[in-house]
Amino acid sequence: MSDGRRAHRSYLSYIDKSREYYAAHGYPQPYQWAYSHEVAFTPLEKPLSESTVGLVTTSFFRAGSEPTGVPAARPKRPYAGHCDDALNGLYNNDLFWDKDNTHTEDLDTYLPINRLREFAAVGRIGAVSERFYGIPTDYSHRRTQRNDSPRIEEWMREDGVDVALLVPL
Amino acid sequence: MGLIARHLEEAGIPTVVVGSARDIVEECGVARFVFTDFPLGNPTGKPGDAAMQRDIVGTALDLLERAWLPRTTVQTPFVWDADDNDGWRSHFMRVDDSNRATLAAAGEARRGDQAAAKADGRARTT
Repeated sequence: MSDGRRAHRSYLSYIDKSREYYAAHGYPQPYQWAYSHEVAFTPLEKPLSESTVGLVTTSFFRAGSEPTGVPAARPKRPYAGHCDDALNGLYNNDLFWDKDNTHTEDLDTYLPINRLREFAAVGRIGAVSERFYGIPTDYSHRRTQRNDSPRIEEWMREDGVDVALLVPL
Repeated sequence: MGLIARHLEEAGIPTVVVGSARDIVEECGVARFVFTDFPLGNPTGKPGDAAMQRDIVGTALDLLERAWLPRTTVQTPFVWDADDNDGWRSHFMRVDDSNRATLAAAGEARRGDQAAAKADGRARTT
């Protein structure tokens, strides 16, 4: 790896890549990605050492192997699951990630329950919420905003979550 | 995921997004973003590398405390492949003259399957 000059940005644009890739497949209408100019900002209300952290993922339990209390994974809809039930891994082979160059067999590479629990054990954070939260990525923006997001917020409030760590795959 | 982060932030719950699709997250617009320039799939660190995972998650916690403006992005120092870090980038979703015909044929086949499924009244499975 060398430093130097380039005629293009180094990191990938997935907006550009996916548009060109699906156009090459004969799909002329590109996906319309979310864009916003205004962004809200909420400062921490209390120290992290007193805060409960909630994790949000785009992965799901394998269809047919959902733990008790978690709705069927198909069709996809938002869910709350116990962290302990996810420790053996979640299903995400249907999601858009680089299957040629890596794998998702290590949970903490995309849902860092164990790493966060280590931070809780040493007092860096107050606690990890006992439940984590899953959301589908294949919905319309409107459905995500009107249905899924308020549902996730509601679960977080039930669980006393103070801050959210969101990890899109 | 960016849309959910935006909703939570507006609802008064501070958020940090940890990801590897920088343009998608930044275009959506979120309060705090930890970017690691890795292939999609391992946004919180390489498989088997607990120290790296701890570092990335720790950076997200630091950012929760220290950001003072929305759209704050920090990039972690990690490199996927120190010997050839452009290899995985050029391979992913590659479109060039060597595979253009193959991709067009795959799209055509998929549309054919979908049309057949629709004609049969079968539900979409993907």
